[in-house]
Amino acid sequence: MAVGRSYCVALVGLNGYIVEVEADIGQTLPNFVILGLPDAALNEAKERIRSAAQNSGIPLSRRKITANLIPASLPKRGSGFDLAITMAVLRAAEDIRSIDGTVFIAELGLDGRLRPVRGMLPAVMAAVQAGYPDIVVAEANVAEAALVPGANVRGYKTLARLAYDLGADPKDLALDFDPLDEETPGLDPDTEPFTPDLCDVSGQGEARRALEVSAAGGHHMLLTGPPGAGKTMLAERLPGLLPDLVDTAAMEVTAIHSLAAVQASAVRLMRRPPFENPHHSATAAAIIGGGSGLPRPGAASRAHRGVLFLDEAPEYERRVLDALRQPLESGELVIHRSAGTAAYPARFQLVLAANPCPCGKASGKGMDCTCTPVMRRRYFGRMSGPLLDRVDIQLQVERVSLADFGNAGQEEDTCTVAARVLAARDRQQARLWDFGLETNSQVPGRTLRGELRLPPGTTRILDTALERGILTARGYDRVLRLAWTLADLDRSDRPDIDHIGQALGLRQAAAAI
Amino acid sequence: MRAKDLLGQNGEALAADFLTEQGMRIIDRNWRCADGEIDIVALDGDTLVVAEVKTRRSLDYGHPFEAVGAAKLARLHRLVSSWCRAHEFRAPRKRVDVVSVLDSGVGHPVLEHLRGVG
Repeated sequence: MAVGRSYCVALVGLNGYIVEVEADIGQTLPNFVILGLPDAALNEAKERIRSAAQNSGIPLSRRKITANLIPASLPKRGSGFDLAITMAVLRAAEDIRSIDGTVFIAELGLDGRLRPVRGMLPAVMAAVQAGYPDIVVAEANVAEAALVPGANVRGYKTLARLAYDLGADPKDLALDFDPLDEETPGLDPDTEPFTPDLCDVSGQGEARRALEVSAAGGHHMLLTGPPGAGKTMLAERLPGLLPDLVDTAAMEVTAIHSLAAVQASAVRLMRRPPFENPHHSATAAAIIGGGSGLPRPGAASRAHRGVLFLDEAPEYERRVLDALRQPLESGELVIHRSAGTAAYPARFQLVLAANPCPCGKASGKGMDCTCTPVMRRRYFGRMSGPLLDRVDIQLQVERVSLADFGNAGQEEDTCTVAARVLAARDRQQARLWDFGLETNSQVPGRTLRGELRLPPGTTRILDTALERGILTARGYDRVLRLAWTLADLDRSDRPDIDHIGQALGLRQAAAAI
Repeated sequence: MRAKDLLGQNGEALAADFLTEQGMRIIDRNWRCADGEIDIVALDGDTLVVAEVKTRRSLDYGHPFEAVGAAKLARLHRLVSSWCRAHEFRAPRKRVDVVSVLDSGVGHPVLEHLRGVG
């Protein structure tokens, strides 16, 4: 008898690899063996496949079935291989016609229904990239798989229907079996929690301006201020100011969320930047990604192309905060675990919020504060210098005054500000396209002081500050980046002295602490 | 005699005929020792064959072959040596075969034969 062959995709992190499934039927006592580093869930596939095939009316051969997943060295996990193995075995028994080059990704139910699996989007992307555009998935996964351009996706509800289409003998097939559509909670961006509007924030002119600058230039931000000043409120409104994600970015974001979801299937691309707001008790694995076997994406990756908001930042463990330095620098997280190494993109915009001291009353004159200077220093010391060095905007948020509080509803709304942000992004893109960059926050210092050099008259205050040691060389570059964003928001071609001054203000507002 | 034993006996007789047709010489049937029973001992050329026969009326409780597990297979291999010792028989080669008989009572029984298992 022939060897049956089908294809599937193994995911390692977000990278998919085509896996060839070979099945052979040996002339010896009945048995079912899966070779090629299967994990527990994959080893259980044997029982699922036998039952599903039996109940679909196309029972597997009663001989020794050997299924081999190639390459053998690649660790494979999960239930997505069920269908590919079944098809290879059915092909080996010549129950169905040749299925060369088709990729099958679905889990089998014992009754023979096809079930959706997570991580469909990255898997299909990998398959299409590797030159296997013909893909068969569970009906519930079709919408997500079809998001990939160039994929020729077919969805089936049951194994019997699929076998029928592939030429199996219809005599015994359970074609009447039509499982009810399950109500799968879809990752539908239209039903995502509603984004709060900026017009809810009373007063806080300086903070709103900082938020706008942060959104426009993609600058990381630290907000310090007493409890109740509105730090969280401001941070939650940042994603609404960010422009929609372009195709490639939307694909990456949807892929990560498809992988991170336990039981959800995306129905369209996520166009809105995600917002992640982990609790400060989170471990490094929760933020960075991790877990046993192959690591799964953490909050930092789920915030890719969006906002990672760390409220009460000094309450986080120091090593958790410092673990963010790698993604802040490279936009990627590489996690090593026993079963392999996974790389997840993590190019997020970081927003940190902190009280001025442990008791939270040290703002203004700080008369009510009961903290000792050592306590205050230790509190802020949790956020290490190297981390804060990467935060362009450091802003002090004061309690809102009574005059501003009364004027609710008079403020600019998210829409108005987002339009300005979008215009500023367009200007940046036009300027930075040649450098392969997107936002001012990504421009390296070399370029700032080279091709984008400003006339000495404009940078005089910076030069003086650098000379006097008030500003570090890295701080110098940060101010320049902010100045460029401010100029973009003002529709100026290049920053002037005024922009530099404002930028210095945004940078140094929290420096007093 | 109970129905299941009769079915088994019929199956073994059918299997013996079948193996003879295949050119084997049956030299012993239903040999017992403390360790268990051998259904058929035969000679295939100079190879000593110990054959286990499994008979079923239907596939409702699985294929007859599925009833031969790893433990049973190991015992069969032990029994080959036991039989040889008991009969002071020297064979250059030894083999364990399994014959399945599917006898639904209607039409001809279906026989399948696996050579050299485990």
